[in-house]
Amino acid sequence: MSHELPFIAAIDEAIRLEMERDDTVLYFGQNMATTENEPYVDAFGKDRVRVTPISETAEIGMAIGAAIAGYRPVVELYMAEFMLVAMDQVINEAPRFRAMSGGQVKVPLVLKAGFGFTAGWAGQHTGTIGALFMGVPGLKVVMPSTAADAKGLMATAIRDDNPVVYLHHYLLTLEHGEVPDGEYLVPFGEAAIRREGSDVTIVATGWTVDRALGAAETLAAEGIQAEVIDPRTLAPLDTQTILESVDKTGRLVLVDQATRHASVSTVIAGEVAEHGFSSLKAPIVQVTALDATIPYSEPLEAWVMPNEDKIVAAVQRVVGAAPVTA
Amino acid sequence: MSVKELDRDRLVWMYEQMLRIREFEERVKRTFIDHPGVIRGHTHLADGAEASIVGSIATIGPKDQFFATYRCHGYPLARGTDPKAMMAEIYGRKDGLCKGIGGSMHLADPSNGFLGTSGIVAAGIPHATGAAWAAQIRKQDQVVLCFFGDGASKQGAFSESLNIASLWKLPIVYVMENNGYNVHTRTEQEDANRANGEDLSVKAKAFSMPGVTIDGRDPVAVYETVGTAVARARSGEGPTLVESQMYRLSAHGNIIAPPGVPLHFPEHEAIEKFGAPEEYEAALQGDPVPAFRGRLVGDGTLSSDEADAIAARVRDEMQAAVTFGLDSPFPAVESALEFVYA
Repeated sequence: MSHELPFIAAIDEAIRLEMERDDTVLYFGQNMATTENEPYVDAFGKDRVRVTPISETAEIGMAIGAAIAGYRPVVELYMAEFMLVAMDQVINEAPRFRAMSGGQVKVPLVLKAGFGFTAGWAGQHTGTIGALFMGVPGLKVVMPSTAADAKGLMATAIRDDNPVVYLHHYLLTLEHGEVPDGEYLVPFGEAAIRREGSDVTIVATGWTVDRALGAAETLAAEGIQAEVIDPRTLAPLDTQTILESVDKTGRLVLVDQATRHASVSTVIAGEVAEHGFSSLKAPIVQVTALDATIPYSEPLEAWVMPNEDKIVAAVQRVVGAAPVTA
Repeated sequence: MSVKELDRDRLVWMYEQMLRIREFEERVKRTFIDHPGVIRGHTHLADGAEASIVGSIATIGPKDQFFATYRCHGYPLARGTDPKAMMAEIYGRKDGLCKGIGGSMHLADPSNGFLGTSGIVAAGIPHATGAAWAAQIRKQDQVVLCFFGDGASKQGAFSESLNIASLWKLPIVYVMENNGYNVHTRTEQEDANRANGEDLSVKAKAFSMPGVTIDGRDPVAVYETVGTAVARARSGEGPTLVESQMYRLSAHGNIIAPPGVPLHFPEHEAIEKFGAPEEYEAALQGDPVPAFRGRLVGDGTLSSDEADAIAARVRDEMQAAVTFGLDSPFPAVESALEFVYA
């Protein structure tokens, strides 16, 4: 059975269920657990749930040490950019220990961070930087777009024996969705086909999945049936599902809120160009943010972002319904 | 806070461990000359630090844990890790401690409490602090030792970790090995405390934890000070910063050079860079390994025949480690992909 929950509550539900199931799961970070009355402190106590100072390097480094020592920490980072403060620990420490030790240790930890705060949070808090963490051997990156996936991917992330960057889009925070009751796990490396269609494949991530679905409705009225795929996890990336879809449709539009060369779109484009070249009837088109530090002023912020109109225009290009421009 | 007194057996054990470290490191260094090309990349030796390493490791028990730095060979040797596996690791071989995948800078022996090594300066300090949090939750009276150099104490990771450890009263002892240098920068050129004539242990005051400076060339003094800190940590009273002063007898590491240039150990920076050979000479005079032998033979703890027998045994052991390493094959190339994910 299922129940309706906002996205953010679905994530919480997963953390809580995992902490109930496994007392090696820890949950800590800044500005949490400062009083006895908070639900996590109340439920799990002050050994496992703690407030930290503003010390990302120590927070993430300690998560690594605790994980090697047998625990399963979830670090509450709030915003993805705060991982950048501790980039060494995220990229060059956590994912390296299993390999460097010759498999003697594992580092099961989850870095939970919101991203894409496209609501006037300006240049340093609005980034979509998930792709910066792709391609790091040993590191997994997940990006749910529905409340159910938010719950299932968090549960899987906590049970995964590797470091996982768990990114939840800020604008999805209050989006409601049906969430399965009880234990619910969504596997990594399995994309979800959100809408079936045979004329074009649209791959979208995070908040842009709903934009792509909106564009698909507009396109359907023009007689273009779009297949919308949500990868759900950036690493591991389910290229197989995308290739099968492109084989069916022959056309690919990639949507990501990141800037162009720091985007998962570019990675997918490379994979399809190499492994699905013969399926393509048109060039691959990417719809990403423009290459600018996100501006504060609202019309500028909106202008640099991908949106439904840009997705529709990109699809029209690849199906030949619009004039080809340089 | 009482520390278990060192009986004869323990003192002799400490001397043997110091010698084992010295002999192992000498052979690592000699490999560059005798077997060029076998050690690639960068290796860092612990000669000069033996008293501090052994004095510290002597204070902990089988359930306790530690983290170190890229200069990590000494601690596992004192802890009982097999030197054959260690040498094979340094030579990149299949029978290495980490299957040849880690190398000199990234040794790990979790079965002996050596949880792993980062080669990034100070990165291991938060790792050790996290393991101490785990120990605190587990409530099995475990303590974590965190080894790092004076250079690391200027990284943000140091301050952040010590603050949290003090705040949470974590069962950890921070052992800062101050050998006067960070690569080829002298401590007084980079440390405001030192430049103003203060010991580095004053840093502990910033985190409201005890800080103490000791002569890291005296293994008994190290044992007593670190032992006191370990007892304090084990009793739940929190961390201590121990500044263990010593001198590194080799250069920072072998030269960094692109492929084609034979790797070797240069002279110590005091000679090569700072034109202070008398400083190096003085350090040699104070070499902790022969000094401890002299002390034990001098006060009758060991006869010189017994000391010689230990030396012969250790030489054989470490020579066998070299042979084992050279004889071990390279790993199958596919093992590069085997341990990427758990």
